[in-house]
Amino acid sequence: MADKAGSLAFVEKNLGNVMLKELPRWLAGRNLTPTGLVRGGYDWYYNKYINVKKGGIGGISMFLFGYVVISYVWSFDHIKHDRWRKYH
Amino acid sequence: MTLSLFDQFLSPVVCWIPLVAIAIMLPWVLFPSPTTRWVNNRNLTSQNWFLGQSTSQIFLPINPGGHKWAILLSSLLIFLTTMNTAGLLPYTFTPTSQLSINMGFAGALWMGIVILGMRTQPTHSLGHLLPEGAPAMLTPVLVIIETISLFIRPIALGVRLTANLTAGHLLIQLTSTATLALLTIMPVTAILTGVLLFLLALLEAAVALIQAYVFILLLSLYLQENV
Repeated sequence: MADKAGSLAFVEKNLGNVMLKELPRWLAGRNLTPTGLVRGGYDWYYNKYINVKKGGIGGISMFLFGYVVISYVWSFDHIKHDRWRKYH
Repeated sequence: MTLSLFDQFLSPVVCWIPLVAIAIMLPWVLFPSPTTRWVNNRNLTSQNWFLGQSTSQIFLPINPGGHKWAILLSSLLIFLTTMNTAGLLPYTFTPTSQLSINMGFAGALWMGIVILGMRTQPTHSLGHLLPEGAPAMLTPVLVIIETISLFIRPIALGVRLTANLTAGHLLIQLTSTATLALLTIMPVTAILTGVLLFLLALLEAAVALIQAYVFILLLSLYLQENV
């Protein structure tokens, strides 16, 4: 059964399938370190969009678009001095 | 206050994380490692095929002893190609436009190759200071010239990549500023400048790939002489 305590299938359930009283046990079984979160996020994205039978250009494009958005956010404080103004 | 032209080459910092750190991690994310499956996904298959083709092409003229360098040079090729092409996206930061990164790669790898050659086959390595078929009278001058050219190689490697990318980015910024500024004043000139901008962007894409390839090719040539 997927709900047996200590089984891997229990820990790998989505958050939507976990009962409230099982929440602490589920959280304890997941890897919540920063490295674990980053690896988990990478694995999720990779298995959903890239590691599929007919993966196309969408997987990489979404990632690159997100990279562009992050770069914009990072450089906004610097770029905001370059706005179109009548008097600088 | 307007930004100066060179401000695009600064690395902004948010929460003590510089953008250059995210930009450098890009090749690690974009190129997944192969799995043990027999058939991988399309992305992985095409990347591995392309990488295999280019690596075997580059290492064709090198002795089998130099094939140990294959993994270093092919990973460097991936790194440089990704850095250069990702820098063409808007608002991104190009780490390879910084002299520090390029000189780090060029100096370290060149020195490693030269020291390897001098230690394993010193006579052969020193023999490269006098090209074959040169007139005997020119020998003293030629040795001096070849020594200078040997020591200028790391500087040339690093500065070539930096200068090409920096110049390209600057040109794109200048042309786009000109196009925008001319749009209200002289629209026809703005359209012509826009066409120029489009062609320039195409050139930059080509330059990005070619410069990375040239870097690796020259290193493989130096390796061929010394290994």
